[in-house]
This record gives sequence, C-alpha cells and structure tokens, in this order.
Amino acid sequence: MAERIGVYVCHCGTNIAATVNVEEVARWAKENLPDVEVARDYKFMCSSLGQALIADDIKKHGLTRVVVAACSPHLHERTFRRACAAAGLNQFLMQMANIREHVSWVTAQRDAATQKAKALVAAAVGRVRHHAPLETMTVKMNPATLVVGGGIAGIQAALELADAGYPVYLVEREPSIGGHMAQYDKTFPTLDCAACILTPRMSEVGQHDRITLLTWSELEEVSGSIGNFKARIRKKARHVKEELCTGCGLCIEKCPRRVVDHVFEAGMGHRKAIYTPFPQAVPKIPVIDTRSCIWFERGKCRVCEKMCPTGAIDYEQQDQILEVEVGSIILATGWDLFDCRRIPQYGYGRLANVFTSLELERMCNASGPTGGRIVLRDGITEPRSVCIVHCVGSRDLRYNTYCSSICCMLSLKLGHLIMERTGAKVYACYIDLRPNKKDYEEFYQRLLDEGMLFIRGKVAEVTDVARTPAEEGKLIVQVEDTLLGKQRRIPVDMVVLMGAIEPRRDARDIGLKVGISCSMAGWFIERHPKLDPVATMTDGVFVAGACQGPKDIPDAVAQGAAAAARVAGMISRGLVQIEPVVASIDEDKCSGCRICNNLCPFNAIEYIEDQQVSRITAALCKGCGTCVAACPAGAISGAHFTRQQVFAEIEGLLWDALHGTGPQAAAAAAPGR
Amino acid sequence: MEQQQFEPRIVGFFCNWCSYRAADVAGTARMKHAPNVRIIRLMCSGRVEPAFVLKALADGADGVLVAGCHPGECHYIEQNYKTIRRFAMLRHTLRALGIDPRRVRLVWASAGEAARLAQAIDEMVETVRTLGPLRWRDNWEEDPAQREAADRTADEHAAAMEVQ
Repeated sequence: MAERIGVYVCHCGTNIAATVNVEEVARWAKENLPDVEVARDYKFMCSSLGQALIADDIKKHGLTRVVVAACSPHLHERTFRRACAAAGLNQFLMQMANIREHVSWVTAQRDAATQKAKALVAAAVGRVRHHAPLETMTVKMNPATLVVGGGIAGIQAALELADAGYPVYLVEREPSIGGHMAQYDKTFPTLDCAACILTPRMSEVGQHDRITLLTWSELEEVSGSIGNFKARIRKKARHVKEELCTGCGLCIEKCPRRVVDHVFEAGMGHRKAIYTPFPQAVPKIPVIDTRSCIWFERGKCRVCEKMCPTGAIDYEQQDQILEVEVGSIILATGWDLFDCRRIPQYGYGRLANVFTSLELERMCNASGPTGGRIVLRDGITEPRSVCIVHCVGSRDLRYNTYCSSICCMLSLKLGHLIMERTGAKVYACYIDLRPNKKDYEEFYQRLLDEGMLFIRGKVAEVTDVARTPAEEGKLIVQVEDTLLGKQRRIPVDMVVLMGAIEPRRDARDIGLKVGISCSMAGWFIERHPKLDPVATMTDGVFVAGACQGPKDIPDAVAQGAAAAARVAGMISRGLVQIEPVVASIDEDKCSGCRICNNLCPFNAIEYIEDQQVSRITAALCKGCGTCVAACPAGAISGAHFTRQQVFAEIEGLLWDALHGTGPQAAAAAAPGR
Repeated sequence: MEQQQFEPRIVGFFCNWCSYRAADVAGTARMKHAPNVRIIRLMCSGRVEPAFVLKALADGADGVLVAGCHPGECHYIEQNYKTIRRFAMLRHTLRALGIDPRRVRLVWASAGEAARLAQAIDEMVETVRTLGPLRWRDNWEEDPAQREAADRTADEHAAAMEVQ
C-alpha cells in the first residue's frame, strides 16, 4: 500500500522564512518526493491552528505519515506527536526536519539554506515511510526521590516533597546539611540573620519522618531510568554510632586535637578531630576526621571513647554502601569559591591581609572564629580602611567569562557589615554594579547614603610596596578610576576579594553518574534555558540551585521548589510514559556469536544457553543502538532507528546528488577528475 | 567562465545527547557555519554502523562527520569508546577502498560546546573542499591512484599476517 505523506513547512514567523524559501520547499516536496499527498507552509506550525491544520489533513486526506519541517525535535517533537495522536495517527509515524536550528539560524545565504532544507525534508520523507507504529511503554513511578546536596536548594526540594507526602532521601557529603548558607551571618538585601531563617528549615529536615537524611555520604552510582532509578550511596564511616549518640558534644569538648577547618570555616578557624561543622548542625552527630585523629594517626588517645556517656564511639566502623530505589533524582550540588591564589597580583595567600569573601563571611558570623569581630589576620586589630575587589575570576577572559551574579550584592552587604562593626572606610572597585532584583537597587542607594565609596575600575594589583610614607605598612590597591580617567593608589588595611562562584570541582563526575552534561563552564545543562530550567535531557533527573548557574538564595529556593513540584506532579500521576526506543533480536537470524553480549553496559542482553541465541530485556535496554550496529548477522533491530530508516534518511539527504540537481550535480556527473 | 567553488556534501551522524544538542545550541546562538553538513540524529555515536558511512559515500557524499559525546561523558556510559574502536577499523577499510581517511572524521562535542562544533564543521568542510569531489560510485575503479591505494593496503595486510 502506498503511503500518503503530509509535509508541513513552518515559517516560525521570520525565524525560518527569512532565510529559507519555505513556499519553495513545500512546493518542491509535493512535486518531487514520492507519495507526498499534501505539502503546506504555515506561519507557526506549533500554534493550535497549525496543529489543527495537520489534524484536519490527517482526517481529510487520510494521511498515513506526517513530516514537520520546523525547529529541533528537542523542542517540539512532543507537540507534533501529540497533535498526530489526537487525530488518530500513531505518534511515531511523525518525523521532524530541523530546518531552524540546523538551517535558517546557521546559514547566511538563502539559496544554500533552501537547498539544505530541501535535503532535510527529503530525508524525513524518506525515513518516515519506514516508521513503524510504536506504543510508548508505561512504567510505574516510584514515589521516592533522591535529592543530592543539602544546601538551601536541596533542603527546599526535600521539604516540599516530604510535605506533599512523598518519601525523600537527602544525601549530603559534609557531616551536616546547610551548605554555604550556613556559613553566612546576614543575607542581602534584607540583612536577615542567615542562621535564623535557615536552621529552622534544617531541623525540620532532620525531624521529618518522610526524609531519610544521609549526611557524610556520597552518591556512588546510579542505574535504571525514570520511575525506577537505583542509587548506590556510600555512607562514610563516622566512627560514631548514630543510634547511640545524643549529640551532647562532650567528645568534641575533650578532644585534644585542634586542626584548621578549611571547609566550613574557610581556613579562618579551628575544629577538633571529632567535630560537627557548626553548633546548629543537623544532625548533631559528630564525625571523626581520621586524617587528624591522634588514635588513627598514632594508635594512642581514645579520649572521646572514654568521655562518651553512651558508648557511641566506634573506631572500627566501616563505610556502608546503601542501595536506594527512587523514581526521580534532584541534583542540588551547589558551588565552590574560585581559588583566589590563581590571580597572584592580588596577593591572596602571600599578603596576610588579603581575604576572600567567604573568609569575611565567617568573620562576620557571630558563631564564627572571631565571634563576629572583623579584624586583620593578627586577630586583634580592627581595619580602619577596607577595599573590596569585585569580579575576581569572573567576567575575565583568563578565568571565567560569566558574571557570578551574586558578588555585587555580597560586596554591598559586606560593606555594610564592615562599616557597622568597625567604622572603617570601605572602598569597592567594580566593573559594573548589577543590583538587578527586587529591593537590590534600594540597598545600593542605602550603601551610598551610608558612605561606601565606589570606584569604577578593575583592580590591577594589590601590593605592600609603599611609595610614600602614607602608604607605609598598608596594602596598596592600584586601580584605574575610569570615571576620573586617572590611576589611583588606595592605601588600605584590608582587601577583600569577591571570588567567582564556580561549579563544584566534581560536578562533571556527578553529572556522568546520572547521565546529564555540563556546559563549557561546568554548570549542569537544563532541558531548555527559558521554558524548562529545572528538567534535564535525562528524564527523571532535575537540577536546582547554583549547580545550574550562579544564584542567590531566593533563586535557589525557587528552583528547589520548582524541581520538587515537577517531581510531585509525576508521582501523583503514578505512571510515566517512556519511549519505546529499544533494541530487539530476531532469534531466527541470531547465530549465537555473542558479539553483542559484551557491548551492552546495562546488561540488557543475555545469552540463552540451550537455544544458543541472545535475547534483549526491553526494560533494561536504553536504546543506544550500539549492539544493532555491531551485529554481524543483522539480527538486531533498533526501534525507530532501524537500518532501513537510516538508509532512507541518507538517501534523502543526498537527494540532490542521487537525482542530479543542485549546483554540484554537474560536477558530480562529470566523468573523471 | 568563472570556476564555481566546489561545495562538498557531507553527511553528519550526531548523537542525540551531546553533539546534536550542541548543533541546536549553535543554531539558537546564531553561530553561522558552513551549510554543507547535513545531520542525521542517532541516539548514540555507537549506533553508527560502518554501512551507514559507506552508504553515504556511495550515494554521493564527499565526506562523513560523526560526532559524539566526549570519551567518558557518554550518555550510555561507555558506548562512544566502542565508536572509537569501530571508527579506527572503518578508516582502515576506507583506505583499502581508496578513500582518503580525511574525508571521514570523528569529533567530540558536549552539549555546551556549540562554538567548538561549528568550528569543527567549518574545518571539515574546508578539508573536504580541498580534497575535491569524491564521486566514489562513478570512478573508484577507473582511478589509478585509488586502485593503487587499494592494492597497497592489501599488500600491507598480507605482510602483517605474514602471508607470503
């Protein structure tokens, strides 16, 4: 039976029509491609009218196949599949030709673009003829969710889901949840106390009976797919029995070993070898740092064991591997601060009184190493003048080109706190000030009124080499004031570097475990930058917070909640549809050579010993098609990407070469060289 | 009459997760590049069977560009490593058939590397343009150079297998 194919070429306003002669493509398709029953062009195919056009034609002309030449299938394949299904045509009998992202937007000349668009349409028409009507597979959605990262975004996501009645596993690498927010004293622009708004949420997580909190734990491996993921989690040995520990803190108090805390205190303060990062930690159960514990180092001490009233200390404890089954995964892994040593001319790590923003945050914090006093590195002297340097490692071609987005406001907040607590004169050297959200501009005005001094210019150098007696004993900030058009040397007591917000150093590894990718800068890539900022290309995996891009607290919270809402929607539906793109083996053709067996990383192919054939378990197959390509007998077929379909697509793409048209036809047909 | 510049036809086999998305992002960012590469979307570069490449070349393509996720970043864990192995053998076979291996290229592009991918496409087009039209189906038997290459490869095979 001959197929009846409908071809629909979208103008996409002028996005396609400005570069591709869409009328010509439609006309050409009708005249030249076999079995094309109707070919139309339309302003916006994705609009309801455009979809109705397809539906009407399916009914009126009895179309058996549909080709939509428009944008990327990643954007609107679902739309057009639904439109076909609504009109009674199996949704897999539709194929898209990507003539926007791959043609009109990247091609300068109209002729070349139109030619390429025709080739892509011919390929789609060629391929769609061989499509088989497939049925989506329905899987049950496991109502549990894995949240990776216990910062404010992860906390928000976990609480939203748990409050909606669904079980949550919250995995955090550090001994306590809280993330970066727990390190701060105040939050901009309201100057809310960070601990006052965060710690209630933390304890809510700790006490929630639907949240399984796994701190001091890391995600090892993820298998499965949407609805049914299996995650392997390494619960690192705490050396404290969680079921016995009451969190009294006696062990911490009596531990004789003090070490510098590079994580929570950003190197500004100390902790013990057995510790919780901060007093309000959730859970309150401490962890023994085996690299600094005297017992693990020299086999002596055991003070904590002697002191513990409940006998909770266990030096023999081993890492535990937990397997949890979840329906979806939310990544909220957060950010790292730029290593300011990478810019040697700013002197961090060499000049004592150059600080990072995180170090200053800790100093401002009432429960921090200085009890909230802002002092120089000597721990006593209050600075009389401070210079805050913006954009350290961001908006800089040598380090990160992006804007870290929160540092302007961070600088204003720190400026306010420094002036309030020390009365020091505060300078800020900025490239541009970007207080661009609700109440941010007002906060900037407030700081101007309070007398913070703003100098527009990128700092060239921070040095301690004095040129005048007034500069003696000071740090000198060399900067071009671009508003005055003059070089300035500003002598100050303290310099604060606004280091860039960077992706976690191991973000790529985490991404690989769940099958999502990172941008060049290292941020997780969302499914769509505007319309789908929490989903990813891997179904069932969502992102929230700064792991997707630099974010302030309100944005991280909003995204955490948004991710939770998406997950909750899927759970409440109970079932999810998954693509039937899987491979299958024709056992009559299978010679039992077993070449395919080792190619599958998901163990979906098993060898049936007594029949001497291989067989694919559809539920395990992810549809990559590697085994299909490898089978020497051609016995494996990959649904929706069969050899026949791809061959037809190739023939279509090379339509002009095969049929001797287009500018190259003459050359191709000419004999010899 | 002015000589028209040769515009090669190149078939691209791009994986759904990284390189096809990178090509989409190049479009969204309006990064203009050569229109000569026509892209087929596959789920994974591991799906590229040698027959796809041979078919494209036989049907009039002057080159083939295969693009996948970076090694270690495959959406299917490790399938692009299998692509690497298969690709090495394919290039060897192509050489035996008298096809310059530069006509068939394997590149890696993560979803964020639109600019790099656009550049790779432009480079590929330039390379194939320099190599000229392939016209494989018409002339591989008549072309002495290609004939010789085929014979030479057969000899190399024999030597490698110590067949006297």
